[in-house]
Amino acid sequence: MARYDRAITVFSPDGHLFQVEYALEAVRKGNAAVGVRGTDNVVLGVEKKSAAKLQDSRSARKIVSLDDHVALACAGLKADARVLINRARIECQSHRLTVEDPVTVEYITRYIAGLQQKYTQSGGVRPFGLSTLIVGFDPYTGVPSLYQTDPSGTFSAWKANATGRNSNSMREFLEKNYKETSGQETVKLAIRALLEVVESGGKTIEVAVMTKEHGLRQLEEAEIDAIVAEIEAEKVAAEAAKKAPATPKET
Amino acid sequence: MKLDTSGLESAAPVWGAPSELVDGFSVAPSFEVPNTTDFDGFQKEAIQMVKPAKGTTTLAFIFKEGVMVAADSRASMGGYISSQSVKKIIEINPYMLGTMAGGAADCQFWHRNLGIKCRLHELANKRRISVTGASKLLANILYSYRGMGLSVGTMIAGWDETGPGLYYVDSEGGRLKGMRFSVGSGSPYAYGVLDNGYRYDMSVEEAAELARRAIYHATFRDGASGGVASVYYVGPNGWKKLSGDDVGELHYKYYPVMPSTVEQEMVEVAGA
Repeated sequence: MARYDRAITVFSPDGHLFQVEYALEAVRKGNAAVGVRGTDNVVLGVEKKSAAKLQDSRSARKIVSLDDHVALACAGLKADARVLINRARIECQSHRLTVEDPVTVEYITRYIAGLQQKYTQSGGVRPFGLSTLIVGFDPYTGVPSLYQTDPSGTFSAWKANATGRNSNSMREFLEKNYKETSGQETVKLAIRALLEVVESGGKTIEVAVMTKEHGLRQLEEAEIDAIVAEIEAEKVAAEAAKKAPATPKET
Repeated sequence: MKLDTSGLESAAPVWGAPSELVDGFSVAPSFEVPNTTDFDGFQKEAIQMVKPAKGTTTLAFIFKEGVMVAADSRASMGGYISSQSVKKIIEINPYMLGTMAGGAADCQFWHRNLGIKCRLHELANKRRISVTGASKLLANILYSYRGMGLSVGTMIAGWDETGPGLYYVDSEGGRLKGMRFSVGSGSPYAYGVLDNGYRYDMSVEEAAELARRAIYHATFRDGASGGVASVYYVGPNGWKKLSGDDVGELHYKYYPVMPSTVEQEMVEVAGA
């Protein structure tokens, strides 16, 4: 196997790995993605670029499942994502084969992060240009989890997080408004975060919910539109309540 | 066309250099084949040389309270008894046991190796490995050495989250899940007693006595089994050694010498 003389990812004099940082830039230009963990479900939401008229939108799904109980959404270079997702899917099955048990979310996140790290320390390759949001349920304890990985190969667990374009505003919104939710409330919270940076509508957002019983379920456009409408209505009501003269609130 | 299995590799090999990105797939272990006119015959001979070493009796069974594991302790080389005090029940970790039948070195080494792998799994995944997973790890390793002369006939017994677990794994690469197993030259005799006396709802003492009896009977009839009958119990809190009785003493315990009535008795005569 031909070896390159010079590694492409080398340290800068002040301790930075520029290739990794440039990869993070690529992520920042990618579409917005958000993940929220509820008590009994986890929700992933991704910004959908408006589909070209002739494109079959179903072939360009941005939220994919890695196994029955694990799903992934990412921001960044989509072609790199395809490679990473395939390797992760194989690892999920390989784990089932060697220990006769499904992977835990932490295990597969560690695997993906390890893979991303490998490409920052090898000759002749560049890092993967994507950050992933990995959600799922632990097959033994049934606890939902949300993890994030990035091009440097680090990963950590989150209650809610965002990545991709305008992720800072989404994260700020989540930090302000996060609370433990379940069921539909979690979905609403995820969509509300996404709506901070994306124009509203079922056409521009892709949402999927992972539950223990039903696995991954992609929400239909109509469903998303309905929830967006609900959120808009709530916003309007909240504005009205603020503007109304101060009347004692009834609890 | 070779199947591209590069995707099936684990991400970070423990020993491999991290710069080795495109590593293809791990090379199967191999050794140089000797130049003989008839290699197949030679191979058969080699295997036959090792085969008699499965002179032993080991057994294990699952019952209501957990898993009972028992074994003898004799090592024989043909007609010569080389040791009466071999430890045939190997402690893989505090909640899993392995039994030894076949090549002693093979069993000891691979069980120790399995213990290491189980510990690494625990550290990486923050949870204990299941008996299913551990037995599968061992079976996969033995399968990759298939045909190279390893002689291992082992049972992996343990307690994990799903309860008691018992698997039979051998050097042919076979792996079976079951409730009762006995391995070794004395196994037919042990099975006879075990299958006859087995009930799922036994207490720990009853199960231990059944296991002890089965080993004793096997040592009684099988020349290659003997020494000490060790009995271990695996419960929710891990394994515990219950007893280690010399089978000679067990014989007189089960079949004590009865003073028989005599027609004439010799009487001690005072003086004379």
